[in-house]
Amino acid sequence: MNASLRKRLVAIATWIATFLLMMIICLPGLWVVLTGFRPNREVLSKPAIWIPEQFNLNNFAKIFGFGAEQVAIPVPAYFTNSLVIALTSTAIALIIGMSGGYAFARFRFPFKNSIFLGLMLSRTVPGIALSLPVFMIWSRLGLIDTKMGMIIVYTALNIPFTIWLIDGFFRQVPKEMSEAAQVDGCTRWQAFWRVEFPLAKSGIASAGIFAFLTSWNEYALASQLTRSTDSKTLPVGLMDFTAQFTIDWAGMSAMAVIIIIPALILTFLVQKHLIAGLTFGGVKG
Amino acid sequence: MSEIRLNNVVKRYGRVEVVHGINLEIAHNEFVVLVGPSGCGKSTTLRMIAGLEDISDGEIHIGDALVNDLPPRKRNISMVFQNYALYPHMSVRENLGFGLKIAKQPDAVVAERVDEAASILGLSELMDRTPAELSGGQRQRVAMGRAIVRHPEAFLFDEPLSNLDAKLRVQMRTEIKKLHSKVKTTVVYVTHDQVEAMTLADRIVVMKDGHIEQVGTPMEVFNHPLNTFVASFIGSPPMNLIPARIEDGKVVFGDKTGVPLPNRLSEFVSDGQEVIFGIRPDDMTPEGHGISDSGQSATLELTVDLAELLGTETLLYTHLGGQEALGKMFDPRHVQENETLKFRLSLDKAHLFDAGTGKSVRPD
Repeated sequence: MNASLRKRLVAIATWIATFLLMMIICLPGLWVVLTGFRPNREVLSKPAIWIPEQFNLNNFAKIFGFGAEQVAIPVPAYFTNSLVIALTSTAIALIIGMSGGYAFARFRFPFKNSIFLGLMLSRTVPGIALSLPVFMIWSRLGLIDTKMGMIIVYTALNIPFTIWLIDGFFRQVPKEMSEAAQVDGCTRWQAFWRVEFPLAKSGIASAGIFAFLTSWNEYALASQLTRSTDSKTLPVGLMDFTAQFTIDWAGMSAMAVIIIIPALILTFLVQKHLIAGLTFGGVKG
Repeated sequence: MSEIRLNNVVKRYGRVEVVHGINLEIAHNEFVVLVGPSGCGKSTTLRMIAGLEDISDGEIHIGDALVNDLPPRKRNISMVFQNYALYPHMSVRENLGFGLKIAKQPDAVVAERVDEAASILGLSELMDRTPAELSGGQRQRVAMGRAIVRHPEAFLFDEPLSNLDAKLRVQMRTEIKKLHSKVKTTVVYVTHDQVEAMTLADRIVVMKDGHIEQVGTPMEVFNHPLNTFVASFIGSPPMNLIPARIEDGKVVFGDKTGVPLPNRLSEFVSDGQEVIFGIRPDDMTPEGHGISDSGQSATLELTVDLAELLGTETLLYTHLGGQEALGKMFDPRHVQENETLKFRLSLDKAHLFDAGTGKSVRPD
């Protein structure tokens, strides 16, 4: 067997192995998506129907309250809650993350390293371990089952990561950029917005997307701290499809698709924004 | 008028003092070079003039204004950074016009000044490129262009050539010199390269450990170094410095060899004084291979350990008074290893420094 043939065989084998592996990983996801577009009857039939015979948007119409059949689950309210909570907590986490990240990257202050380490250590505590103390404090403060309560929790959860990520991106922007801008007539604030911010933009965008996805997908804490349509988010709402004796798999899957779509869109945006080579060329040769 | 005055300027970081009360007056349109080894405080001094570092003590005046507490944007200076600090997300045109835009100049003025700077620096073809698409020399030019468009009171240069290769450095050096003659402005230029200092400066400020060691024209600093540091720092290869003692009107080295006391220095030393004898390699040449044969001199037979051919001249590594010393052979011939040659030392150009203080014995 000559070398080039062997090379090709190895390449083909690698492709097959990768394909099999990806199939195992992707199959549950694919099943959820397929289930979302099929009637419950077909989902539960034995033997399983692999290729959908009926493929329509009835489940989506049902959960959003259009059409003849309706489910008694307030999906639009959950969707709104999720959106408000995720967007607000992301915005706050980004503002604090930008200020904090910039400070860690640029300024010298006492206990800087200890504070930074402390922030990172807070990430090592699993969220669920905090749920009981948070629950007790929130109940005293009247924050249980409020959007505000969830926004505070998710903001706290996201800040260490956004600071860490944004700090890294500001470090890549040479401080001479800001100095040059200041000599050129900018205030420190103008230098930040006109020069440093545009150069760290991709990092800030990816931090924002990450924070949004964390808040959007979180289940454990939300399941403890939310009760009603006032604050329940989509992942928690999924559990509404389980009744005492039945589970509405089709409706649940349709809602899962609704949860996945924004995450999917944002993930594609991340790929675009993670090209961080923007600062190249501004300094040295 | 845009002279710059530093009065007793001090810089401390916490308890560490890095610049110890320096005084300096830079005249209108003068090209002053701050030179010294790394860590001597030259860049810190420049950054204090720019307003990028706070002044711990003392006063800095630019023109008539005390600028101690003014932010950089109010000092009407411009600066070229070692790494250029071009804005990577802007085109060359936007980089050049940025300062004027910030100052809210009308578009017509911005365009006119940017075009003027571009034509002075030969950037007109490159206006729509981004910094990433430029070569090192072109980036350097854009950085200078960004400095000149604003017609500032002073240019500050912070080691602007140290990121360029040797050939480009020489080329850009002459461009900076030409630029200064075209755009008459006060310049403060920081470098660790004494050749840049010698070639560019109207006046050189030699710094070491946060002190000014000497201020003078290039020729003053070269011909009359005030101490052993300046003597060894300015000039390449550096001056030979040999410990010696004054005995009976002679300069006697550690190995008891010696040379006559230079006439022009005899009145400044006394018998028994410990000194350091300084002589540049150019003034220590094999007989018949020097620059000039006139003036007071001494002849010594020295063995050459190693000869380095440079083309128009050869560097000769030898020993003088038991110390390693370097001589030069102009119009060179082949020199064998361990060959003994008669060296002529031009005592007219020799220096004597006090062994204790390192200061020149001649009080000018």
